[in-house]
Amino acid sequence: MADTTQPLLSVRDLVVDFGLDQGTIRAIDKVSLDLYAGRVLGVVGESGCGKSVTARAILGILDRPGRVVSGRILLDPGTGKEQDLATLANDSLALREVRGQRIGLIFQEPMTALSNHYTVGNQLIEAIRAHRKDLSKADARAKAVTLLGEVGIPRPDGRIDAYPFQLSGGLRQRVGIAMALAGEPDILIADEPTTALDVTTQAQILLLLRRLQQDKRIALMLITHDMGVIAQMADEVAVMYLGAIVERADVRALFKAPQHPYTRALLRSVPSIRATPRERLASIGGAVPHPGRRPTGCPFHPRCPEVITGRCEATLPRPVLAGVDGAACLHAEASA
Amino acid sequence: MNVLEVESLTKHFPIRAGLLQREVGRIRAVDRVSFHVARGETLALVGESGCGKTTVARCILRALAPTSGAIRFTQEGGEIVDLAPLSRRALRPIRRQMQMIFQDPYASLNPRMLVGDIIAEPLLVNGVPAATRQARVLELLELVGLPAVARSRFPFAFSGGQRQRIGIARALALNPSLIVADEPVSALDVSVQAQIINLLLDLQDRLRLSMLFVAHDLGVVRHVSDRVAVMYVGRIVETGPTTALYDRPLHPYTAALMASVPKPDPDRRDATPPLAGDVADAANIPPGCAFHPRCPHAVARCREIRPELRETIPGRMTACHRAEELTLAGVD
Repeated sequence: MADTTQPLLSVRDLVVDFGLDQGTIRAIDKVSLDLYAGRVLGVVGESGCGKSVTARAILGILDRPGRVVSGRILLDPGTGKEQDLATLANDSLALREVRGQRIGLIFQEPMTALSNHYTVGNQLIEAIRAHRKDLSKADARAKAVTLLGEVGIPRPDGRIDAYPFQLSGGLRQRVGIAMALAGEPDILIADEPTTALDVTTQAQILLLLRRLQQDKRIALMLITHDMGVIAQMADEVAVMYLGAIVERADVRALFKAPQHPYTRALLRSVPSIRATPRERLASIGGAVPHPGRRPTGCPFHPRCPEVITGRCEATLPRPVLAGVDGAACLHAEASA
Repeated sequence: MNVLEVESLTKHFPIRAGLLQREVGRIRAVDRVSFHVARGETLALVGESGCGKTTVARCILRALAPTSGAIRFTQEGGEIVDLAPLSRRALRPIRRQMQMIFQDPYASLNPRMLVGDIIAEPLLVNGVPAATRQARVLELLELVGLPAVARSRFPFAFSGGQRQRIGIARALALNPSLIVADEPVSALDVSVQAQIINLLLDLQDRLRLSMLFVAHDLGVVRHVSDRVAVMYVGRIVETGPTTALYDRPLHPYTAALMASVPKPDPDRRDATPPLAGDVADAANIPPGCAFHPRCPHAVARCREIRPELRETIPGRMTACHRAEELTLAGVD
């Protein structure tokens, strides 16, 4: 279902390469997606599928030797303020202002964004004042306390003077979320925000993220490998495999009637707490190929239970378009 | 018959401070833990990080010396020996009867050794002649679903799932009486994880493995285990047959753990987190029941008296004062 409102961010035909001595590896291949205010795009896939690289490309923080080869990353597309982030230098002032003030980032490991040498308050106040230069130190501190309260930190006026190492993993991730919110961004990218957490803490952090995202009408791009997290959090879902979005769908449609054979296989291979004793899982044969040894044609064809021999290895399926439900699969093209 | 009987196992780590490194406190990583593993059975030890499940496994393998308690292991000949007080030398002949499968298939294989040599190493160490070793390696490769040519390659040529198969083959080489698997599938992608879970199920059927399976993923545990022991801050709070325990947990922590697993159904979204607060600190365990500060059912005696693990209904052990009066929801 296409949303009629304007997206806050539109990625179009994004291609990212990593130039290595052994040759160039295509990490992202023609990815298109839209982020809307007040909505959650879940991006799901296994390791090496390109979900994190997509996020890092949007933010201009790709690790070397990764680089955007082509494609557009449009902030406020179709408005007078439209800018293509792909054209900005990674260390440019314009992009640094976008990071933090328009797009916040929540990492899997909150210590990526935090230092153990400074108190939570010092770091949070600095992040707030980078964005609101008009605020006095006292006002910024008051705002930091409010923010810590908002992310569910008990006794925020005391905890503001704690060092990150004095906090539990769950509290640290809450501080990580406060850091991402410090610049009042309207877009958040959360890269496996609960993967390092225990299951009871994960449940707390997911609900916190959802409440903040809804209250502030944030466009959230939630990257995860966990289909359960997707079911609980996403409005729309992009399923990635080997650098491409292989399926895009409304979350209910995805779980009820997955279109791509990879999505179907992925859903069936998740161990369930409702399993019968000694129940076998429907596994996917083989392993995800190394991105440097990307198969010809459909990248999933060597592992696909529904492969059409003679066609899938020769024909690249049409890429999935942003805003349109569909699967990059010859079967889906035939039935469309 | 039980392969393993652990009784009142305790492991404390001293916290030292000051010039004289005096002991100023203790981390009660494992506190009076008792359980058993029957022959041919898989017991899962589950809990969140810091609950002590890995410390229990390391004590059983005697990678750590327990502070107190007994670890009674039934040897191949039927003789029962307490591993807890044994010296390194006395442990040596017993070690080959207990093998480990590790979490990280990348770190647990020597990158400079050929796969065939990695699998044959336990055989070599135990004096198996060369010809028998070669045949056994081929047999093991087939058992874990790897081609025979794998033996003449190095680990880097294999994916994470294949490496875990190599690790499993090595663990099975000496027909151990007990396998201790510490999060053996948690580093793997779901599609590969499913293959390894299926392999473990096949091996359980074919070899009647006795296994202690340490894991945090309740879905994985439901697929592979016969019985479950749930740990919270160094103690077992509940044990029982897998299906019964999932269908009707008797400890509020077990119920909260299950309710916390994200349901793979967009039409059933949670509105409130099943459990507030954080896991208690093992250096500063709350008095009474360690779970009482987070427990929605806690009453006065929960704050004062530590509940012992006791049989609450036949075949089920629970460490909760209120186990009989509470009706808790299981997975639905």
